[in-house]
Amino acid sequence: MFRRLGLLLLVGMFATCAFAAKDKNSIQIKGSDTMVNLAQAWAEKYMQENPGNFVAVTGGGSGTGMSSLISGTCDIAMSSRNIKEKEIGLAKNRGIEPFEIKVALDGLAVVVNPKNPVGKLTTEQLAGIFTGRISNWKEVGGEDKKIVLLSREVNSGTHVYFKEHVLRKNNPNAKDEFAPGALMLSSSQAIADEVAGNPQAIGYYGMGYISPKQKPVSVAKDEKSEYVAPAIENVISGKYPISRPLFLYTNGSPQEMIKKFVDYTLSAQGQDIVLATDFVPIKR
Amino acid sequence: MRKFKEFIIEKLILICGLASIFFVFLIFLFLLKEGLALFKIITPLNFLMGKSWYPISEPPQLGILPLILGSLLVTLGAAIISIPIGVACAIYVSEIAPQRIKEVLKAGIELLAAIPSVVLGFIGMVTLVPWVKSMFGLPTGLTALSGSIMLAFMAMPTIVSIAEDALYSVPKTYKEGAFALGATHWQTIWRVMLPAASSGILAAVMLGIGRVIGETMAVMMITGNAAVIPHSFLQPVRTLTATIAAEMGEAVVGSEHYFALFAVGIVLFVISFAINVTADLFLHKRK
Repeated sequence: MFRRLGLLLLVGMFATCAFAAKDKNSIQIKGSDTMVNLAQAWAEKYMQENPGNFVAVTGGGSGTGMSSLISGTCDIAMSSRNIKEKEIGLAKNRGIEPFEIKVALDGLAVVVNPKNPVGKLTTEQLAGIFTGRISNWKEVGGEDKKIVLLSREVNSGTHVYFKEHVLRKNNPNAKDEFAPGALMLSSSQAIADEVAGNPQAIGYYGMGYISPKQKPVSVAKDEKSEYVAPAIENVISGKYPISRPLFLYTNGSPQEMIKKFVDYTLSAQGQDIVLATDFVPIKR
Repeated sequence: MRKFKEFIIEKLILICGLASIFFVFLIFLFLLKEGLALFKIITPLNFLMGKSWYPISEPPQLGILPLILGSLLVTLGAAIISIPIGVACAIYVSEIAPQRIKEVLKAGIELLAAIPSVVLGFIGMVTLVPWVKSMFGLPTGLTALSGSIMLAFMAMPTIVSIAEDALYSVPKTYKEGAFALGATHWQTIWRVMLPAASSGILAAVMLGIGRVIGETMAVMMITGNAAVIPHSFLQPVRTLTATIAAEMGEAVVGSEHYFALFAVGIVLFVISFAINVTADLFLHKRK
């Protein structure tokens, strides 16, 4: 008798799981920590306008989003970097066709503590600082203090972008790495908090996280060019050197509710939300 | 009919008993299967002794020496802090404390064990980390020392409760004999009780250490996670557990990185298995 009861329970459990996964009025979005606030804002407005539809947003990093898309546990992956060749291959093996939608732009801000006198750096100096060649603030015009490097963990698209475009200066053959002594923090907020409390720290994150507790550094391509602050108009005009596109990835071109949501993000209203969350709209 | 019922229940309990062994076995097999695939790409020696951990570069550099040393350093620090306090606490609770204080202390220690590690990590991040930074004049408070202090709190409940148990199970006659020979209370504890309970206390210590080395969340939040070979307690370190937790989400299934994380899992498994077996040996020696 007990056995039969157990079996019944088991069958019941599987059945509820199967039904839960097939709900057409709900979508799961997962991925980039940079984009969580943005996607959450979209989801809230979208759900207000479409009662009965449900959008769940979780972070974890671009890589997390990609692997969820590949394993079929989310409908939309948010990513602050392009999908990797390897990931496309893996997705195809599992019968999933990643489809890329560019939804916004983001400037990467390099931030220091407001007490730090250093307010502008060249990309060359940034590469030197983050690879560990420059280890004292006095080498870039600051006080005689050790530089504390803050970086995101390797599951972050921001980490990958910063390495490829700042440390390696877009050179795919370069071998530069973050200094091994760089502290790896698990979220942008953790970097923001540490920079706010540590006058020797330097970190990087999406522009949306800048607050009065941190000082964004103006960046120049080289010594001769103009130092540009990370601001929305400078990213749109292309003057600010460290900016990147933000993507949504879906399985195949979006259908039904996923399409409705993606269209919403690209609509004038959706792009207004982009601006309101301190990112840069792609359509103006 | 009654016999039949008896039979069914007996077998059900047997299955439950075997289930845990079966699961451990399956987990170990899976770990081996996924982890050993790495050694087609890199030799075990280069993996264990390699000094740089850059798993997502092309080609990836997969040396886990800094991670192993990071884990060991944090564990050593936690052991140095928690063992004397834990054992002393156990002695006080089992030998000296009056009944009422004993009850309060035991409840308190159990409560300490009930605090989720992420909460301890969070508390450590906002209180301990700034304190360590200003106390030692460091560039950052995210250091091995912060991790050790926080983990010591986590190891303590295990150490205290098992060591207290060991002291309690020393036959009463030993103690009475020592008193009869004119030994003071302290002499009895130091010369008679502790040696008699030593194997149980060692087991307590080993289990406490086992808890520390496997701890993930708190360590990830407060040790800074920099994969450098540590030279002192006042430096950031990256532990084996934090590496797996932080990177598993990113690792592309089937890549070198993915296999490497499973291999890290094997290393961790071997370490904690060794610790648990040692603890078990001590416990059995007593009996």
